[in-house]
Amino acid sequence: MSGAAQTGRSAGGTGGGAHLLHVLRSNPVTMLAFIMFAALIFCAVFGPLLAPYDPLASNAAIALQAPSAAHWFGTDALGRDLFSRVLVATRLDLMISVAAVGISFVVGATLGAVSGYWGGWIDAVLNRILDTIMAFPLFVLAMGIVAALGNTIENIVYATAVINVPFYARLVRAEVNIRRNSGFVLAAKLAGNSDIRVLAFHIFPNALPPMMVQASLNLGWAILNAAGLSFIGLGVRPPTPEWGILVAEGANYIVSGEWWLALFPGLSLMFAVFTFNLLGDGLRDIVDPRKRA
Amino acid sequence: MSQRLKAAGSRIAQAIPVIIGVVAVSFVLTRALPGDPAAYFAGPAADEASIAQIREALGLDKPLMVQFFSYAGDLLQGDLGNSISSGRPVLSDLAARLPASLELTLMALLISCVVAIPLGVLAATRPGSWVDHLCRVLVTAGVSLPTFFTGIVLIYVFYYLLGVAPPPLGRLDFLYLEPDRVTGFYLIDAALAGDGETFMAALRQLVLPSVTLALFTLAPIARMTRASMLTALSADFVRTARAAGLRRGTILYGYAFRNALLPVVTTLGMVFSFTLGANVLVEKVFAWPGIGSYAVEALVVSDYAAVQGFVLAMALLFVALNLAIDLAYAMIDPRIGFDAR
Repeated sequence: MSGAAQTGRSAGGTGGGAHLLHVLRSNPVTMLAFIMFAALIFCAVFGPLLAPYDPLASNAAIALQAPSAAHWFGTDALGRDLFSRVLVATRLDLMISVAAVGISFVVGATLGAVSGYWGGWIDAVLNRILDTIMAFPLFVLAMGIVAALGNTIENIVYATAVINVPFYARLVRAEVNIRRNSGFVLAAKLAGNSDIRVLAFHIFPNALPPMMVQASLNLGWAILNAAGLSFIGLGVRPPTPEWGILVAEGANYIVSGEWWLALFPGLSLMFAVFTFNLLGDGLRDIVDPRKRA
Repeated sequence: MSQRLKAAGSRIAQAIPVIIGVVAVSFVLTRALPGDPAAYFAGPAADEASIAQIREALGLDKPLMVQFFSYAGDLLQGDLGNSISSGRPVLSDLAARLPASLELTLMALLISCVVAIPLGVLAATRPGSWVDHLCRVLVTAGVSLPTFFTGIVLIYVFYYLLGVAPPPLGRLDFLYLEPDRVTGFYLIDAALAGDGETFMAALRQLVLPSVTLALFTLAPIARMTRASMLTALSADFVRTARAAGLRRGTILYGYAFRNALLPVVTTLGMVFSFTLGANVLVEKVFAWPGIGSYAVEALVVSDYAAVQGFVLAMALLFVALNLAIDLAYAMIDPRIGFDAR
């Protein structure tokens, strides 16, 4: 029964669209997540075109103004339009997180599947490397990597990818390891499938649902990570608009009551992370119908 | 059973290469930092000769391998070097600041576990209900909060607007004296000294930063509890137990929850790691004198010894934690065996 349910998923290509529609209709939260995701992508693609002002143009005459019809999110200490800056920052933040998670997803899945399936010295060596990475508080390791490699955006991506690889690798390794001697795997092998084929098409798909949840969390974490690095002065450097830097700049004014400077970039950051997290839950329901009640 | 002990022993032995790896990584990372500590230490007015002299005094002119081995040798004697900026041994700096970070972290973890685990179980047992949707939104909102932003908002609302919170400046208002140092935890020390007033003052300072951290950490715990509870509840053994007519409570807590706890335990380890990482940000926002803010200050001035010491201390803590989690995992889940090695 469980074997049938597990292998049945890989053949679930047909009717996927109808299933998707059904899930979306029965789950309004997932629907909302897709709409929010579309909005984010829209801002990332068209943000620089839509921005009403130049995000870098300062104008001392209108410094530190509260939100108004002309400046929706107000202006900062140099009179730059906060709405334009927040909008333009979307693309940078999304690019960093998607690139980082993409790298760690692929690398982690490959390493984890190989070590979980074949075990032996590959497994032992990989585990040592992962333990070494995981032995650091991840944010601090990211701080160390960016500080050591230099303050560039690529280095934020690499640092974020490195600290996320162990999550995918361990997850996949555990899922593969538990199933490598299951009945459906032995049956697939007996039917003449090669090891790689069994691993890739019979065992690995079982690891996808938890990986989807992980990826959605990671996209959010990756954004938070990058923003946190720039908040403490690493990574993206001013005057480049980036949500973390904008919050850090606004933090200096919060105790004197200029709330909009930290609030709007912070809310945008939350919105993005929130979207990815809702989306991940929704994806899980679509990928794994068994968990839908 | 003896085989299991042997397996546990070999797992403990496996931690040794990790520690060596950690030492190597922290060494390489901090030596590759931009900025020349010799030039920094010599001051802006120094000429080439005095910089070279200081470089020699710090041992920075030797080959990297030699530097690494002398570093490892010092470590074995518990010598983490002197902090360039504070001028004191890094070990004593860290020891003085560690309790502040631990107090904050443990308080936050306590708050988040007490809230998150029941919430996750409740949501999983009633999927699709309003509790489930509420949990989903709450949990997703929680993890979407950038810790530094939450902290700023809390400061704005509770300090600037309402005026109920003390100023976000460290562990204790300047009106109070530090309690006598026994454990370094202000709450425990004040309680031991029987000083209720200081205890309340320390608690008031602790509330905002620990709630900030807890809001961040409860999300992954509740999310994983819910997800693994759902998996366990849809498993065949639960269906069989239901068919056999076992009571709902027995199925829920005796069967499903115990199985669901495995991923939650794993998550706790990660959560602890994230908490200490997020600590850096929260400590910066609240001017909390812990090791996180110490590391940030050290990074800014490329204080190699301090950064190495911080990274190393954290890493050793995590090696121990990962080890404990792996051992616990093998005890709980007999499917994961070490006997292959």
